[in-house]
Amino acid sequence: MVLSGWLIALLSAAYLAVLFAVARFGDARADAGKSIISANVYALSLAVYCTSWTFYGSVGRATSGGLSFLTIYLGPTLMLLFVGVIVKMIRISKAQRITSIADFIASRYGKSQLLAGMVTVIAVIGVVPYIALQLKAMAASVDVLLNHSGSKGEWLGLDSTFLIAVILALFSILFGTRHLDATERHEGMVAAVAFESVVKLIAFMAVGIFVTYGLFGGLGDLFQRAVTEADLGRLLELESGRAGTWTSLILLSGLAIVFLPRQFQIIVVENVDESHVKRAVWLFPLYLLLINIFVLPLALGGLLHFGGEGVNPDTFVLTLPLAHGAEALALLAFIGGLSAATGMVIVETIALSTMVCNDLVMPLLLRSAWLRAQHRQDLSGLLIGIRRVAIAMIVLLGYVYFRAAGEAYALVGIGLISFAAVAQFAPAMFGGMYWKQATRAGAVAGLSAGFLVWLYTLLLPSFAKSGWISSGFVEQGLFGLPWLKAQALFGLSGLDEISHCLWWSMLANLGAYIAVSLNSRPDAVEASQAERFVDVFRFDRHKAETRLWRGKASLDALVSLLERFLGTARARQQLAAYAQGKGLADWRKLPADAEFVHFAEAELAGAIGSASARVMVASVAQEEDLGLEEVLDILDEATQIRAYSRELEAKRQELEAATSELREANERLREVDRMKDDFISTVTHELRTPLTSIRALSEMLHEDPRIELASRTRFLGIIVSEAERLTRLINQILDMAKLESGRAEWTSGAVDLGEVARETMDSLGQLFRDKGVALSSDIPARGPVVQADHDRLTQVLINLLSNAVKFVPGGSGKVHVRVGIDGGSVRVEVADNGPGLTAEECGVIFEKFRQGGNTLTDKPKGTGLGLPISRQIIEYFGGKLWVESRPGEGANFIFTVPLPASEE
Amino acid sequence: MTKKILIVDDEPNIVISLEFLMKKEGFDVAVASDGEEALAKVASFEPDLVLLDVMMPKKSGFEVCEALRADPARAGLLVVMLTAKGRETEVAKGLAIGADAYVTKPFSTKDLVTRVKGMLGV
Repeated sequence: MVLSGWLIALLSAAYLAVLFAVARFGDARADAGKSIISANVYALSLAVYCTSWTFYGSVGRATSGGLSFLTIYLGPTLMLLFVGVIVKMIRISKAQRITSIADFIASRYGKSQLLAGMVTVIAVIGVVPYIALQLKAMAASVDVLLNHSGSKGEWLGLDSTFLIAVILALFSILFGTRHLDATERHEGMVAAVAFESVVKLIAFMAVGIFVTYGLFGGLGDLFQRAVTEADLGRLLELESGRAGTWTSLILLSGLAIVFLPRQFQIIVVENVDESHVKRAVWLFPLYLLLINIFVLPLALGGLLHFGGEGVNPDTFVLTLPLAHGAEALALLAFIGGLSAATGMVIVETIALSTMVCNDLVMPLLLRSAWLRAQHRQDLSGLLIGIRRVAIAMIVLLGYVYFRAAGEAYALVGIGLISFAAVAQFAPAMFGGMYWKQATRAGAVAGLSAGFLVWLYTLLLPSFAKSGWISSGFVEQGLFGLPWLKAQALFGLSGLDEISHCLWWSMLANLGAYIAVSLNSRPDAVEASQAERFVDVFRFDRHKAETRLWRGKASLDALVSLLERFLGTARARQQLAAYAQGKGLADWRKLPADAEFVHFAEAELAGAIGSASARVMVASVAQEEDLGLEEVLDILDEATQIRAYSRELEAKRQELEAATSELREANERLREVDRMKDDFISTVTHELRTPLTSIRALSEMLHEDPRIELASRTRFLGIIVSEAERLTRLINQILDMAKLESGRAEWTSGAVDLGEVARETMDSLGQLFRDKGVALSSDIPARGPVVQADHDRLTQVLINLLSNAVKFVPGGSGKVHVRVGIDGGSVRVEVADNGPGLTAEECGVIFEKFRQGGNTLTDKPKGTGLGLPISRQIIEYFGGKLWVESRPGEGANFIFTVPLPASEE
Repeated sequence: MTKKILIVDDEPNIVISLEFLMKKEGFDVAVASDGEEALAKVASFEPDLVLLDVMMPKKSGFEVCEALRADPARAGLLVVMLTAKGRETEVAKGLAIGADAYVTKPFSTKDLVTRVKGMLGV
């Protein structure tokens, strides 16, 4: 294949046509109300961050700095984690109809034309090197392809870089300024950028895979070979000495992902749905990871392959495939690089041209007599014209910079100059979003200071390095003063130039911003804008908006203003939509009230920026100036209303809590009711069971007097014992009821618990002997004495001992009683060698009618109330009753009764 | 032919009284004191009628009744549930799972005998 200039030109044209088609499609869908901007498209469009600098320059940087190229991608990844900050930026921009980063800063500090202009100037000057960088990368890539085929990079005496610049400018003009949109949104452009992001990723990865797996035997092989070469092994190590540089690069790139004009355009202005940010948080870093995977392999592969042949590492992406005859792949890589450069230039110039038009040219035009003379004329065409010229001028400036300084720097160096410039916006931006006291004067001071330091320590030295201006101020210091050396200010040497610039410019910027803000007072517009920005999530717009504007306006004047700047058709369309929202069929019947004025200003701001819009509206309306005090009062009131509504909210929550408490109480009552019902049902069952035998047997005895004597005696015996059981049961139920209701009668006196235990054992001795159960004890001769009810404690011990004898096996059963002192309490234990209890049973046996001893095998002879009653008694005296047991290992019932205070 | 009755209850005194009562009326009687024993006795003794207590260890009367009803070979077996729990829901449950009669404790011996005889067609 012959890579002639014509083939390259044709292919490039074809690719640009595809991009254009994608953009047209996106615009058409947006016009039809079917936006194709999904979360994925949004996240991909952020990859406009990856320019031809990434495409070619990362590899170049990796050949000298090793892994440090990664910092440029770590910063954005970290920055995106602050989703809240970005969402707040988007919310503010939507509410204020922000069209650019200049507009954002100007709007926050009282719609200041001065600030808007300053930010625009900084952005243009700061970003021009970056555009130059794209031209340089493109030119280099074209040269590589043409050299390969032996063609010449000239056409009609014009060098290829200039041709590229012209084509990019024309393309951007076609692309971005086809119509003037009220919100300055370009969905077609976003779609095209997302598309080109995919193209450059595929192209880069294709080359990476070709080199890694085609030319070498995979990653392992590549790194293995690199390690063996002393020079290359170094690239794979992290140098701790460069940690400072790493930090500043991460910081710079983190700020750049938001503050580069094109990034602000894509992330904030072009955002259609805040929730898309959440997708971007992981998808964009994933994209960065993928596009960086093969950077180091390519760098190593290039160095290993060309090893000192003097091939520019910035072109490895092209030269490696070419050197192996893979010309188609080289062309794909070229398209990828073209794609990256085009995407960057389009979005960057559109963003910058909007700023130049709205914030530099418009303010001048608005003052000019010419414009006043052209009264009533539709100016929307003029606005588009201005933007087109601005685009051309910006690209041209980029070309000039490329000619002036481009050759002195590698790609990465140029890009970082731009990063450091836009980083100067950080204090005014973040401060404006979170710090109400920040003032316009502070922002102006901070920006100026930071910008000047940047100019002196980074931009001018870049000119000096290329020999364009004298390098005296770099080498000897301005006026020969050593402490003014441009890249070692105040003797701060040992830092790389980027870190040096970042340190001093941020110090100057932040210092001036904070110091001046604290020592100045905002005017009325500033104060209200500060409120709108900082409290964007809480600001009750409609209320305060209408109160913050007072004056007289005529509908006609405002409408004609809109028609002039938006174009008649667009203006009428917006007016009709607004009227419809107010429930009016005809916008001509709209009242020219504060709300309408606000609407008109917002619409204008979308077209010409907030600062110019403010001036224009003020020019047609007779406005009363609200004093600062008055504005603060109104804002204060809004705060009070907020406080009041917060109070209401708190009350509501209190009520809700009370309701749910009531519901819970009701639930508990119902549960108690259910338990009572269960209790009665159980009691009924327990009473009916003995009654059944008594009734059946007595009926039979009554009816048949001839029943033989032995049976009679036996039956009467059963009747007597069942009657006793019934009596016992009724007594215990009554006892339990008394204990539970607190109506039980208690006596109190000194009780010798050892004595009680001995008495109880004596009284139950016959029971134990009858069943052949051994009863032993370990009780002190005297005491311990507690203050309690003698009979009740006896009742507890009888219960425990009779339970024990009931459950141990006859003949081999053993029960042991122990009385002792444990801390401040008497501890009484009744241990048996019965079947024991499961962990679950250890709990339930203290519940009413839940008899233990494995009810499944043997019906115990008890009422099921003994233990619950005992527990009630022990707890009444401040002690505890529990059981320690495991199945098969006997049970040990333990209770404690606190000793009187004097004996502790 | 003498009808056979199986008495199932975990309260020995109730078993004693029912056993005496039914024997006096001329029935052939066997007893069981829990659900599992009841199922075993049904198989070995092959009664015509079971007097079945509800609240029993191992297997409740309901479970025994369900097991008996699940066996098609014993379709003709009569089951009289005896319970000390008189709530409507219990009665309904007992009849729903296939008991032929439901008697609440304490019961009249005369009524019970009449009922059992009626059911057995004696």
